[in-house]
Amino acid sequence: MTTASAPVPRLRSRRQTHGLRKLLLGIVGIAGFLLTWELIPLAKIVSPEYLPPASTVLGVLVTEFMDLEFWRNVGRTMTTWGVGLLIATVAATAIGTIVGLVPALRRFTHTTVEFLRPIPSVALIPLAILMFGFQMPAALLIVVYASFWQVFVQVLYGVADVDTVARDTARSFGLTRAERFRNLVLPTALPYIMTGVRLGAAVALILTVTAELLIAVPGIGRIIVFARSAGDVPTVYAYVVVAGLLGLIVNLVFRLVERRVLSWHQSVRGEDPA
Amino acid sequence: MTSMETRTIAVLRRPRSRSRSILSSIWFALGFPFFLLVLWGVWATISPQKFFPSPITIFQAFIKTWIGPAFVDDVLPSLLRLAVGIVLSIVVGIVAGTVIGLVRWLRDLLEPVLEFFRAVPPPVLVPILMLIFGPGDATRVIVIVAGAVWPVLLNTIEGVRSTDSVMTETARSYALTRWERLRFLVLPAASPRIMTGVRQSLSVALILMVISEMFNNSSGLGYRITYFQTNYLIPEMWSGILLLGLVGVLLATIFGIVERRVLAWYHGIKEVERA
Repeated sequence: MTTASAPVPRLRSRRQTHGLRKLLLGIVGIAGFLLTWELIPLAKIVSPEYLPPASTVLGVLVTEFMDLEFWRNVGRTMTTWGVGLLIATVAATAIGTIVGLVPALRRFTHTTVEFLRPIPSVALIPLAILMFGFQMPAALLIVVYASFWQVFVQVLYGVADVDTVARDTARSFGLTRAERFRNLVLPTALPYIMTGVRLGAAVALILTVTAELLIAVPGIGRIIVFARSAGDVPTVYAYVVVAGLLGLIVNLVFRLVERRVLSWHQSVRGEDPA
Repeated sequence: MTSMETRTIAVLRRPRSRSRSILSSIWFALGFPFFLLVLWGVWATISPQKFFPSPITIFQAFIKTWIGPAFVDDVLPSLLRLAVGIVLSIVVGIVAGTVIGLVRWLRDLLEPVLEFFRAVPPPVLVPILMLIFGPGDATRVIVIVAGAVWPVLLNTIEGVRSTDSVMTETARSYALTRWERLRFLVLPAASPRIMTGVRQSLSVALILMVISEMFNNSSGLGYRITYFQTNYLIPEMWSGILLLGLVGVLLATIFGIVERRVLAWYHGIKEVERA
């Protein structure tokens, strides 16, 4: 009895110490990175004019955090991102489901999809400028185009992945088309759709910022361009850090949402046996 | 049952049905794009749009613009930078990823920093890198690498980390040297994840190639397209978009061939599992 119960707490404590170690090492890693960043310009390896030390950039960042205009710009960026991602997701899910469920449509559109998908959406920037001018819809066109394909392809895979036995069973039991869609196709496709949306969210952010950089749509990307042409290098770096933080938040939130929505699914359950 | 029966029938009639099946697959492959092009052409003739010239006009502009000196001056250098950037990203990503993935403390140390760098939208790095390294060909390659290396790197780390522990221990018991383990166990085990990373990198690299050329007006494919747009050369601009699309398709095709080669064993296993 005693020998059997002894290893359990030891195992748990080992796991805890590893978690703690991991956290500590992670913090050390970030500190080390910031220290290197601080020392490179101080040691004149790169001129501080081009690479201001970390402390300067973080100082700018703190003052920006207290400025309402900063939050408005973040809001503008996230609005473009959110609206673009929403349009892309809804359109891709709707069209993807229809195309995926009809084999003939799937075969007919295959080559078209394979040609349109790899077109880098930044190639459409000139067209977007011509059509919408230097406005938010121009950014939306690019964001929607880029993230649409991410979701669309996943929806196609997902809808096609329905287990044939389950499908035949559902038919034999006389489930209607709507019931089959609700109880069979949707649960099968949902993990794929979530993957698509997660990938699409990251791509949408990249292209939102790109549009702000190149089309000068209001948002954090435009601030980077303005600060750069004004020679205000620390602000450029501060907003690059902001863009990174936004990307990090988007990644984390979507990973969390994915785990929540798919808590019933094998891929999520299998990850964490505890 | 039914699928078996249809298969035997198909085998019996193969000689006649093969030519028909080729015809039908050509019809399925080209029917819809052709239909779309015709629709676009008809629409452009009925009500001419300022920004949407007919496909024939674009095709003519394509030949006039890109076949000739522009191909050598703008297209080839762009593609060369793209290729160098992609190769560098893959090499750096796999080498660094393998080292980080195998050494646990290093992985714990670097993971948060790498997560941050992956999350940075790569285009914002363009102004910074132009600042530090100045405008030039090297900077543009660095821009591509700075954006495209992360998917390869992080997927390699993940792939190396999740090598089957029983296999690792078996390899140890059989006294495989470190190099042998790397060559015959770790890298093959990680290769499906690595290829996933490479696929993500390719699209990022192409985007960054275009952006790096749009940013500092000088030369290259991205610069050309922006130039056509600012000078209202609409068919030429469309031909540039078409060319970039073709480059994208070309990259995807090359990747598909390489992936099928590298992961032939993996797809084989999947097929067996599914059957």
